[in-house]
Amino acid sequence: MATETDKKAPTRRRFVQGTLRTAVGAGACGLGLALFSAQSRSLPADALRPPGALPEDKFLSACVRCGLCVRACPYDTLKLADLAAGAAGGTPYFRARKIPCEMCDDIPCVKACPTGALDKGLTDISLSRMGVAVIVSRDTCLNLQGLRCDVCYRVCPAIDKAITLDQTHNRRTGKHAVFEPVVHPDACTGCGKCEKSCVLTEAAIKVLPVALAVGHQDVHYRRGWEEKSKAGRELVPGIIDLPDRLPELKP
Amino acid sequence: MTARIPGRAAWAEHGFWSAHRYLILRRLSQLGVLALFLAGPLLGVWIVKGTLAASLTLEVMPLTDPFVVAQTLVARHWPEMTTFTGLGIVVAFYLVFGGRSYCAWVCPINPVTDLAAWLRRRLGVEKGWAMRRETRWLVALAVLTAAAATGTVAFELINPITLLYRAALFGTFAGLVVVVAVFAFDLVVARDGWCGHLCPVGTAYGLIGKATLLRVSARGRERCDDCLDCFAVCPEPHVIAPALRARAGGGPVIMSGDCTVCGRCIDVCPERVFGLAHRFDTRVDAAAPSPARPAAGQSEPAALEKA
Ligand code: SF4
Ligand code: SF4
Ligand code: SF4
Ligand code: SF4
Repeated sequence: MATETDKKAPTRRRFVQGTLRTAVGAGACGLGLALFSAQSRSLPADALRPPGALPEDKFLSACVRCGLCVRACPYDTLKLADLAAGAAGGTPYFRARKIPCEMCDDIPCVKACPTGALDKGLTDISLSRMGVAVIVSRDTCLNLQGLRCDVCYRVCPAIDKAITLDQTHNRRTGKHAVFEPVVHPDACTGCGKCEKSCVLTEAAIKVLPVALAVGHQDVHYRRGWEEKSKAGRELVPGIIDLPDRLPELKP
Repeated sequence: MTARIPGRAAWAEHGFWSAHRYLILRRLSQLGVLALFLAGPLLGVWIVKGTLAASLTLEVMPLTDPFVVAQTLVARHWPEMTTFTGLGIVVAFYLVFGGRSYCAWVCPINPVTDLAAWLRRRLGVEKGWAMRRETRWLVALAVLTAAAATGTVAFELINPITLLYRAALFGTFAGLVVVVAVFAFDLVVARDGWCGHLCPVGTAYGLIGKATLLRVSARGRERCDDCLDCFAVCPEPHVIAPALRARAGGGPVIMSGDCTVCGRCIDVCPERVFGLAHRFDTRVDAAAPSPARPAAGQSEPAALEKA
């Protein structure tokens, strides 16, 4: 009996050791993979997601990197990211300056997505938010110099909603007007046509992912004038409105 | 005595085609699948779109890889119906046609790791690092844990199968470094290391293979003369013995989900012991009347079988 246990023990110990080693090895592989996929996305900063893409973290859990959206796009807009993109590797993106999104009415890319990474809830392309255009270079934008370029404004599929020309005073000449292109994030789809069309060698208007381009008002912050009109009355009734002190005019 | 080259005896006895037909058909199938995908971007003939992760055939039939779906689910995304339809078709197909037959007949990494294994045999590289059989289950578990922890379809970032397809179809060539790494690993570090012990995609198909209908049967096992050619060529040699040696009164069918139904054993066996069968086929050929032939060369003794 004793000899039998003696013979068995080393085998069992070797088995346990082997299994442990395997488990540790597999665990290390898993950890390595987790670290690789947890690294912050390393797509170029101006890489935009296709229409209807879920918010980035949800998107990364949903997109299986099949490329069916890429195939569906008639304009060759979408590309798949390569290995170096880390967690975003294999996911679809586009860069406005290369090929912008033409905002197809039937949104074929969303229809093609088998996983729901591109949300089929998006049926009206004008509601998509692929990014938001920003005038990044006020001192090179031709319109802001007082010239009439207007190209970004004219190519915008949501002209006069997503981008308007706001007339301001030209302080350089003192007598002319400046037609400043102003983007309205609530209507801009991020299609990228404006950036694509900017006549400058380096575009003065760029379309950036929403998270980079748009700020958010703090939830605790209230604008008095809005609250007042919402309430339809003074918010603090009976408050004494002291006369404003104006600079005294010297005779 | 020169080392016995597995398959040469069958070639001499039954001709080239008979000793290579499953190998050739398999390569044609693997290339054919890739060609179906490539016809679109190369020739503008759109038969299959997408990759092996998820695809659409002739604009109607979706297909989805089971392990990809498993990852999305643990990453807490509930996919659309199309994903599940594709999954259903794939699982149903492999429940009939062999489970890991995906590995042998579809996967583009298989020719890569087969090449490494072939080179190993030719160059006489030592078997190398012997990983345990249960490694593949632990790796699959670890990968799923990584997917759950990071909330991403984690394995698709480094999966050589889809990286190779994306490189070929979408021009993302940097991904090929992973394919090269797998080749080097199999050649230098461990024999059949990737497909036999690590790849979680194969593990998922192996799970289906546990219940699949199409199997290889050692129906002619009475004729076996212990040349061990089948063990030498099989990427999962441990699956053969129970069926061939009738261990514990077992049937002739190779039941292990690890069997890739590559049919290479059918090719190389000079005694024509193996054949395709269904899992409930218990027929065994009667013993041959007289072993007319001399025993096969045995430069690699039974140690191979144990390996
Ligand atoms: S909406 Fe049209 S142009 Fe834009 S990405 Fe989708 S398919 Fe391409
Ligand atoms: S179709 Fe959907 S799942 Fe496939 S790559 Fe595009 S976004 Fe990802
Ligand atoms: S990205 Fe430019 S062109 Fe497109 S909607 Fe926004 S402002 Fe208009
Ligand atoms: S084990 Fe993995 S890589 Fe190897 S053939 Fe099967 S699916 Fe392909």
